[in-house]
Amino acid sequence: MLNTLLPILLFAALGLAVLGALRRVNMWRRGRSSKVDLLGGLLAMPKRYMVDLHHVVARDKYIANTHVATALGFVLSALLAIVVHGFGLQSRILGYALLLASTLMFVGAIFMYLRRRNPPARLSKGPWMRLPKSLMAFSVSFFLVTLPVAGILPADFGGWLLAALLSVGVLWGVSEMFFGMTWGGPMKHAFAGALHLAWHRRAERFGGGRSTGLKPLDLSDKTAPLGVEKPKDFTWNQLLGFDACVQCGKCEAACPAFAAGQPLNPKKLIQDMVVGLAGGTDAKFAGSPYPGKPVGEHGGNPHQPIVNGLVDAETLWSCTTCRACVEECPMMIEHVDAIVDMRRHLTLEKGATPNKGAEVLENLIATDNPGGFAPGGRLNWAADLNLPLLSDKGSCDVLFWVGDGAFDMRNQRTLRAFVKVLKAAGVDFAVLGLEERDSGDVARRLGDEATFQLLATRNIQTLAKYSFKRIVTCDPHSFHVLKNEYGAFNGNYRVQHHSTFMAELIGEGALNLGQYKGNSVTYHDPCYLGRYNGEYEAPRQVLQALGIEVKEMQRSGFRSRCCGGGGGAPITDIPGKQRIPDMRMDDIRETGAELVAVGCPQCTAMLEGVVEPRPLIKDIAELVADALLEDPAPAKAPLKREPAEVH
Amino acid sequence: MTNTVFSLVSIGAHPTSGRPRRAEQDARAVELGLQLAGDKLQVLHAGNIAEPTLRSYLGMGLPQLQVLEQLAGSDALPVLSEYLRDAGAQVVLTGSQAETGEGSGMLPFLLAEQLGWPLIVGLAQVESIDAGVALVLQALPRGQRRRLKVRLPFLATVDNAAPKPRQSAYGPAQRGELAAHEVEVEHDELFTGALLQPAKPRPKRLKVIKAKSGADRMKAATAKASGGGGQVLKGLSPEAGAEAILKLLVEEGVVR
Repeated sequence: MLNTLLPILLFAALGLAVLGALRRVNMWRRGRSSKVDLLGGLLAMPKRYMVDLHHVVARDKYIANTHVATALGFVLSALLAIVVHGFGLQSRILGYALLLASTLMFVGAIFMYLRRRNPPARLSKGPWMRLPKSLMAFSVSFFLVTLPVAGILPADFGGWLLAALLSVGVLWGVSEMFFGMTWGGPMKHAFAGALHLAWHRRAERFGGGRSTGLKPLDLSDKTAPLGVEKPKDFTWNQLLGFDACVQCGKCEAACPAFAAGQPLNPKKLIQDMVVGLAGGTDAKFAGSPYPGKPVGEHGGNPHQPIVNGLVDAETLWSCTTCRACVEECPMMIEHVDAIVDMRRHLTLEKGATPNKGAEVLENLIATDNPGGFAPGGRLNWAADLNLPLLSDKGSCDVLFWVGDGAFDMRNQRTLRAFVKVLKAAGVDFAVLGLEERDSGDVARRLGDEATFQLLATRNIQTLAKYSFKRIVTCDPHSFHVLKNEYGAFNGNYRVQHHSTFMAELIGEGALNLGQYKGNSVTYHDPCYLGRYNGEYEAPRQVLQALGIEVKEMQRSGFRSRCCGGGGGAPITDIPGKQRIPDMRMDDIRETGAELVAVGCPQCTAMLEGVVEPRPLIKDIAELVADALLEDPAPAKAPLKREPAEVH
Repeated sequence: MTNTVFSLVSIGAHPTSGRPRRAEQDARAVELGLQLAGDKLQVLHAGNIAEPTLRSYLGMGLPQLQVLEQLAGSDALPVLSEYLRDAGAQVVLTGSQAETGEGSGMLPFLLAEQLGWPLIVGLAQVESIDAGVALVLQALPRGQRRRLKVRLPFLATVDNAAPKPRQSAYGPAQRGELAAHEVEVEHDELFTGALLQPAKPRPKRLKVIKAKSGADRMKAATAKASGGGGQVLKGLSPEAGAEAILKLLVEEGVVR
């Protein structure tokens, strides 16, 4: 009896799965077009899956091993089951192979089940709690129906009762694993995930690469939407990416805004996008809600505006663009891209940048700096430093990109310290002075692509006038934008963060350094230096050269927690239960360090905003400048200057 | 009625960089107009249509901006009054003072005079417009408001007491239309003929702190342009009144 029933069950489920897949593909195709290498992506997919994706998953050994067993077991079982039971090719060898595969899958399913006995808050419940049992049903049923094929049991063993039980088990198994895979069950992640890896919008990320710069909007194309208003305004492979989410909640666990009680949960946001692309409400979402926003009150469809239907605006503005979610996501989903896309619509079309957003953007347009300071004062911090101007020199080795920190009194100390280091090392450097403008980082993260492009093209025009070997900056945000985002506008430079540059100087022996005299030190990785650009080592090398043994925080390196200062978050200032910098300061306090070394003006400002008593905050440049040993002063000949004429 | 609300706009200058921008008060006039008439608000500018900054007004969500094309140094007054009269304007809103050009703050007064309309200075809110009469709130120092009844058509200037202007968005700014109107250009003799020189800052009076308590200091810090030593005289004969006024004028050095 089973011999007639099994093929029917298998092929019915497969047929329905194909229908579901076509339906799902049509949903993704509602998105806008995107240039993707369709065939090349598909061919590269197995490697991306087994190497790149596995690297991310393998940060959690337990789940990595479990997943390997389950997924491998399932893929083999499914293929063999189709051959053996579907087409009736009942050879003993295939039978044994199927037994082995289903056992492997069963073992994986057991561990999956154990993980879900007392699941952490980040995991989604609901249908996901059912999945381990479905996996077991599938593997056990196929194991048992294959025993006769392998010749271990007689064909009619157990009579019709067992046969009926097994057919129920097989029905359950194939419903979840084949049918559910394309009709929106938990197994959807395998189907959409595989295609998402194949047609990822940042294929450069695979094979150890890095792609973190935001993609530009083509403002000259009057028909293209300015950002994303409705789910169908995403590109089709973005929609596909949302569908690949496994709801593991790694993003939720890493998100600083979620931890601070601001109304953002990256996992929920991606699931809301899935609701948007398929249509419906978020009532079925079985994970943590946006803090302070109950589940079930929002809904939408591909043709309806997202904001204030599916997602509230403050959810989008809570993001600090720290990229912790993207870094953690085992499916390599691009949360930050999606958030900035939606912000672009709010800013460029609706003029709805919250709080100080509008003022900052207006200042950027009218004064080239977010604070609205007179542009003529950009070099006031260095009035007594006699800095060489690139407009005088025409060319130099190192162009020191000062950044908007020039207007901030705290950051001016860092800048002056770095100038001291540059001079001590005898570097041939120059600054742009009044010709420099804001890099456009804040404007872009606030969704104002137009102002970003305005600033970027003007900066690129300025830079094109001069020749220099590299740009060095103390600001990781400028660093990232100059290095990774100006390329799209034909601005390609060799850009370095000052920590990288100082590490090089120290390596060459260009600095006469003493030792750091002080107490214990920890180091805070800036998001835009670390996760965005992969620079974790240089700052630590510099600190080591000063004789500092860094007391690492639990969340450091690629897991570093954001200071709360990125993505225009201090400007849009969405209220939460606590402040992100306070949480980061608690991380710092945990190490017992009395000083935290930083490498970013934003981090400095955010961390110094934490009320005292707290550890001191010093930029790496300040630490290096403090440890500089003065060369024995050469007997100074009194400088003769021409008396300046007074007007 | 709502399609006869006009806001007059000019090109502003950022206070620290001096670069052209949406003029702060004019933007408030547009905001007030949008709250009053919505899409039907008409916005009028006399000047150069090629000025890119004009688009930042369109970015507030205006479908169209009327530009009376003029060269720099032309007198905006006659073209504006003629246009407003012909268009049947009922409510005209303007900033108190331009940020560029002459910036004398005289335009609303001269315009109201030419049109023969009442002028409200410092309009904060329009409460209602009913049967040709508008009920409005006028802003006075120290956050005080005065409710006024004014018959249409009228002209009003807004200052910083008016609602904050909405953000200018790039999309609508690019899509909005600048409609050119050819007008007879009238040379502004007073402006172009005169010699312009930077104003000398007036010496500041020394601030003598007389306050004894925190409350006094607070009051002194928040007080705005109050006359201070004013005196209210009641029930006096005309002669006694005149004498008191003359005494004050002599004291202040106005009459010697």
